[in-house]
Amino acid sequence: MSGQSVLLSMRVNDAVVEVAVKPHHTLLDVLRDRLDLTGTKQGCDTGDCGVCTVQLDGEPVLSCLVLAIQAEGREVRTIEGIGGAEPHPVQDALDRHDAAQCGYCMPGIVLSAEHLLRTTGREVDREEVAQALAGNLCRCTGYVKILDAVVDASQITAKDTAKDSTPPGSGST
Amino acid sequence: MLPMASFDVVSPETVEDAVRALAAPGARLLAGGTDLLPTLKRRLTAPSRLVSLHRVAELREVRVDEEARMVRIGAGMTLARLIREPAVATRFPSLAHALGTVASPQIRNSATLGGNVHLDTRCRYVDQSAFWRESLGGCLKSDGDTCHVVPKGKRCVAALSADSVPVLVALGASLRLVSAEGERIVPLEEYYSSDGVRHIGAAPGELCTEVQVPMANGLRRTAYVKWRPRASIDFPLVSVALRFDLQDGEDGEGGGAIAAAHVVAGALAAKPRRIRIPEAVIGRRVDEAEVATMVADAAFAQCKPLPNLPYDPDYRRKLTRVLTRRAMANLLRPPAERPR
Ligand SMILES: Cc1cc2nc3c(=O)[nH]c(=O)nc-3n(C[C@H](O)[C@H](O)[C@H](O)COP(=O)(O)OP(=O)(O)OC[C@H]3O[C@@H](n4cnc5c(N)ncnc54)[C@H](O)[C@@H]3O)c2cc1C
Ligand code: SF4
Ligand code: FES
Ligand code: FES
Repeated sequence: MSGQSVLLSMRVNDAVVEVAVKPHHTLLDVLRDRLDLTGTKQGCDTGDCGVCTVQLDGEPVLSCLVLAIQAEGREVRTIEGIGGAEPHPVQDALDRHDAAQCGYCMPGIVLSAEHLLRTTGREVDREEVAQALAGNLCRCTGYVKILDAVVDASQITAKDTAKDSTPPGSGST
Repeated sequence: MLPMASFDVVSPETVEDAVRALAAPGARLLAGGTDLLPTLKRRLTAPSRLVSLHRVAELREVRVDEEARMVRIGAGMTLARLIREPAVATRFPSLAHALGTVASPQIRNSATLGGNVHLDTRCRYVDQSAFWRESLGGCLKSDGDTCHVVPKGKRCVAALSADSVPVLVALGASLRLVSAEGERIVPLEEYYSSDGVRHIGAAPGELCTEVQVPMANGLRRTAYVKWRPRASIDFPLVSVALRFDLQDGEDGEGGGAIAAAHVVAGALAAKPRRIRIPEAVIGRRVDEAEVATMVADAAFAQCKPLPNLPYDPDYRRKLTRVLTRRAMANLLRPPAERPR
């Protein structure tokens, strides 16, 4: 019979989640309506705005254009899985730069920016940030402070990466 | 919110199983979903079953086949991976460039090459919600019997909008199609028809496994021209792929002169259009201003954009000439090749 529920198992923010979903439900539908992870926003629902950005196996994708079923056995990260007791350096920099106005675009921007800083592991420039955030629309700001904030955050995460990659035995550990 | 009507999803792990699942009536392939999901949300198609290719690992390989002198690109490769793939970036720089202009970073992480080649045609009267379309009474492509672009027309002229297609046609690429009956190879140039409702030449039940791109036989210069209002995400409103094969030999003895020209445009109607280039460019150098003008004028004369896409068609036509001429001054050479 068409459209029967199926049991979906995936990892969301490092925890295994099992949930019954309809085949035509998007990952966005399931995150927001079934798992109560409402940090991921819904805007256009057709791929244009980027507010629904999550990471699938570490890469930013639009959860409005992914069927929940396609996440079976995979790793999903949402805004709720970024930062812990302390905000992530990207979140902290966006705050310090007063980069948000209404804030609706921010979860998506953080997920795109976190991916850029994690995969480059170095200080990035404004042009690189603009490229990485090309799929995240912001209707309030002029992007100026957002770009400043992500560049600023990259200076902090680049130092952290350098620390982490010190060969074992060569430091004070 | 645009909910989809219900359907089943099967997720096979091999091409063989995928082809079997696709043989069922009402079945439709799902790759990255970045075109199909918007189409389903807009209620432009109503499949009863989607055959998702996300688990078919054999579709995600890129093989350099030295014997057949071609690169075999798995249809399930994402655009983001292909841009980073050395076999593509070094051999086919205009293809890598074109794929890098598709949509946004998030979309390129999901979108596949197979899905791009099979992208539905686009039109401002049909890429709308069902509610919006209803107010116009639909059109040939959606439950209606007229066309709003060519009101007396009997055929839909929605635009081929996939950035990879003009480039792949210019490069002489072919598709490998597999079905329950067997397999066949089709040159991409012969794959599309001028009917915007069904412009794709695949028979029902056929799955594209591979895009085969022939390697260059000598020196070559290429480019891809794309214009759209927002460079960050939009579909092409002007789309021209250029390829010039150059003669071998010493400078001054005809070396580096144009041996063949392949120019192909998209974003017009449902089919890619091959632009006839005047014979007079053969034997001349690609960097001559007069050659650039001849190529740009040919593109202008033979590309007649329609009001199927946003922006004034006349403006898009003039831009085609200007951007083609500019591209001639910045043709790409494979990074591996030493400058002459
Ligand atoms: C906001 C936005 C902007 C976009 N901008 C661009 C752009 O600038 N340029 C551009 O070219 N595209 C653009 N796209 C469209 C789309 O993202 C790309 O064309 C993408 O490459 C489609 O691939 P997919 O894997 O997501 O296809 P899907 O959506 O999964 O499939 C598309 C079609 O191809 C068929 N199909 C998929 N795989 C195969 C196969 N192996 N064999 C046979 N048929 C197959 C499907 O049945 C379906 O009909 C945009 C989309 C959005 C939402
Ligand atoms: S070209 Fe005409 S028939 Fe085709 S989608 Fe546009 S309005 Fe409809
Ligand atoms: S809600 Fe997904 S891109 Fe707008
Ligand atoms: S702060 Fe309002 S959309 Fe970006």
